Amino acid sequence: MLKEGQIRIPSGCAIAAIIDKKGNKINGSEIIKSISLMHDRSNGLGGGFAAYGIYPDHKDENAFHVFYDNVEARKTCEEFLFKHFNIDVAERIPTKPVPSIDLGPDIWRYFGKANRVRMKTSRLDEDEYVAQCVTKVNNSIEGAYIFSSGKNMGCFKAVGYPEDVGEFYMLDRYEAYLWTAHGRFPTNTPGWWGGAHPFNILDWSIVHNGEISSYDTNRRYIEQFGYICTMQTDTEVITYLFDHLLRHHNLPIEVAADVLTAPEWDEIDRMPEDKKEYFTTLRAIYSGALVNGPFSVILGSNKGLLAINDRLKLRSLTAAIKGDRAYFASEESAIRIICPDPDKVWSVSGAEPVFIPLEIEEEVDE
Amino acid sequence: MINYIPRRFTVIRDKDKCVNCGCCVRQCSNECHYFDDDGKTVLCNSNTCVACHRCVDLCPTGALRIEKYVCDYNENANWTPQYQQEICRQANTGSTLLSAMGTPKPYPIYWDHILLNASQVTNPSIDPLREPMETRAILGRKPEKLEADKKGKTTTKMPPQIIIETPIMFSAMSFGSISLNAQKSLAMAAKELGTLFNTGEGGLHPDLYNLSDYAVVQVASGRFGVHKDYLKNSKCIEIKIGQGAKPGIGGHLPGEKVNVEVSNARMIPEGSDAISPAPHHDIYSIEDLRQLIWSLKQLTDNKKPVSVKIAAVHNVSAIASGCARAGADIIVIDGFRGGTGAAPTRIRDNVGIPIELALAAADQRLRDEGIRSTVSLVAAGSFRCSSDIVKAIALGADACYVASAPLIAMGCHMCGTCNTGKCNWGIATQRPELTKRLNPEIAHKRVINLITAWTHEIKEIMGGMGINSIDSLRGNRLMLRGIGLSEKELEILGIKHAGE
Ligand code: SF4
Ligand code: SF4
Ligand code: SF4
Repeated sequence: MLKEGQIRIPSGCAIAAIIDKKGNKINGSEIIKSISLMHDRSNGLGGGFAAYGIYPDHKDENAFHVFYDNVEARKTCEEFLFKHFNIDVAERIPTKPVPSIDLGPDIWRYFGKANRVRMKTSRLDEDEYVAQCVTKVNNSIEGAYIFSSGKNMGCFKAVGYPEDVGEFYMLDRYEAYLWTAHGRFPTNTPGWWGGAHPFNILDWSIVHNGEISSYDTNRRYIEQFGYICTMQTDTEVITYLFDHLLRHHNLPIEVAADVLTAPEWDEIDRMPEDKKEYFTTLRAIYSGALVNGPFSVILGSNKGLLAINDRLKLRSLTAAIKGDRAYFASEESAIRIICPDPDKVWSVSGAEPVFIPLEIEEEVDE
Repeated sequence: MINYIPRRFTVIRDKDKCVNCGCCVRQCSNECHYFDDDGKTVLCNSNTCVACHRCVDLCPTGALRIEKYVCDYNENANWTPQYQQEICRQANTGSTLLSAMGTPKPYPIYWDHILLNASQVTNPSIDPLREPMETRAILGRKPEKLEADKKGKTTTKMPPQIIIETPIMFSAMSFGSISLNAQKSLAMAAKELGTLFNTGEGGLHPDLYNLSDYAVVQVASGRFGVHKDYLKNSKCIEIKIGQGAKPGIGGHLPGEKVNVEVSNARMIPEGSDAISPAPHHDIYSIEDLRQLIWSLKQLTDNKKPVSVKIAAVHNVSAIASGCARAGADIIVIDGFRGGTGAAPTRIRDNVGIPIELALAAADQRLRDEGIRSTVSLVAAGSFRCSSDIVKAIALGADACYVASAPLIAMGCHMCGTCNTGKCNWGIATQRPELTKRLNPEIAHKRVINLITAWTHEIKEIMGGMGINSIDSLRGNRLMLRGIGLSEKELEILGIKHAGE
């Protein structure tokens, strides 16, 4: 049978997220509690988390989380990583056995900075250098898969129900200012850990619920710019769209969100002149990046959290605010279980993105 | 004179039904019907019948029927009756064979080997009657990225764009090759539908100046009718390099069709053949094309997008990419099944490639070069129905040009004799007694009906796919599957086989 990446597998899902905009830490047990309430929205074939602010001691280094199918793959990959990065720490990611999670790949973590000399000779900026190195490993080293590569953040994922995945990685030992979580319901059984979500590139991580009908339009748009959609998933293509718009086109995050969920022409035609011009121009330039079909997406980054919903609101997504914290989940109950008394609860409407910026600037030394 | 060729059709009159009203006598410009010497009884001679059905559709008693004239030859799979007859025609006249309309040869029609997708369970279909369904397309050159520092405001300077409300436009048909009434009908329909018509290389008749906001004005190798006001009174300028039905040669309007009006619009003498040179004599290479594009833009203060129309030939994708790099804002690719008012038969039936393959290859090539999103790609060359258009857009077209279909809506029966100038439906003719048969008030409504119906069908098909904007259909090849195609064909089309 073909595994993820060789074939497109539609799936439904549950998603959840929490952010503390002042940067105060939230324990991993909270997000586990939230996502586990939506147990029925997943079918045990994929679960995962992304956590921001978890590696304060290594905050200026990239944290690579890697799945290895065998020792050979690890040797080749490490050789590559040690050559391209100044790796400080190489260790197995601590896990504990959970009955419902089968024996999976060997899971390692590395902290390191880009090798300056190599980076300079490659004439790439740091982000591009890291992104290309990750792509290189994932496309050319059989049995090695880097599933997380950002700074002071990390993804944790596996084949299993999300609450079991959280237990497996012992996420109650991690403290983050931003968590996202995903439970998957693929219509097919890939049984591949790399296929679980969140999907990550640099500091961006995406959890997504839905099956987009514009997939191939979006894929063929983004592949013009050197991206290769190896996983053939919606999440991957949406991540690349954001990465391209934010990093290569330098668009503010809300503008990028407008590109993906632009309003309908009927609505645009009724807008005041400057807004009309903005959306008409945006839709004309980025017609290939408009995302169509049912989806709700939560984009985590070190700048904050963005939640978007499809134009027709075919997928549910609820948001809530309590003090400095914002909560998002596919179902309201998943918020109420960890935040019984929110200041405000609303349903994220199609084409109206919600962006919760992180109010503290993370100091990054150059 | 014996011409060695049996007639093609037999006109059959039901004597019991015929009331000898003489309507058919007046209607047939090929003079098939006539009054007997008694001045009362209507008779006919089928020899010149072209099966245009004008008499059939107008006979008040339904007494007429056209039948194919069957006259068997000694069977020979190689020397078919058609080749024998064509040889006889050439032996009779000593001239190049001329034909009209698209090739009738049974080349593969890939639209008929492509199937569309629809959503089930994992992704809901959308009901076009209840939800907005967008068919608006924007043509023209796009910058690579948006300039915006914050949400809601942009500082991007957009080059001129054309907004069309349906991805269907009317392809080039010149005044001269078709009647003014026919062109006017298309122009009026374009205005009401929010799309464009195309003047072809015939200039713009003063009667249509008020519709010039919906006109694509062509600049072809003959430069007929091209002057400053013509270029300025337009929505878009199209440089015609080639035409799908006759790649490699220029337009040909027989002198019989060049009356005073046509001669004025084209700025040529009355009655003279309007024969465009095969190449543009100022374009011998891609740099020359660039210069022409820039001079047209300068002349119009950079207010009009410039499109370049090329015929689908073997190397079409490289040529398309060259046109994009030469500054074309819109690239039109015309497939070899496309129609024509007159073309040498051998060229029409043997030169060029189908639009499906040309479009798929060009779209992919522009993507491989990372420039597809900055130019618009328009497909032409025989779209028979709305699903052909959906398939073309999913292969990668921004919009499609149609010509034969709206002509059929106006009355054309594909008799394939436009070059004779005797079109009984008042379309491909300049004879006043024939052109007056086409009433633009009625004809333009029929065209509007057709395109409105197709647009509805496109919305329904998109809704079934779970797509509510044509933007998300464009290039969405995963929505297509081939049926009965070889590996190579699938590879060029960039689609999977049904069942995969
Ligand atoms: S139009 Fe019909 S009824 Fe009249 S003369 Fe001709 S065949 Fe007879
Ligand atoms: S050419 Fe047309 S009008 Fe004349 S007889 Fe034939 S079908 Fe009738
Ligand atoms: S336009 Fe007139 S002459 Fe040409 S094919 Fe149609 S009916 Fe025949």
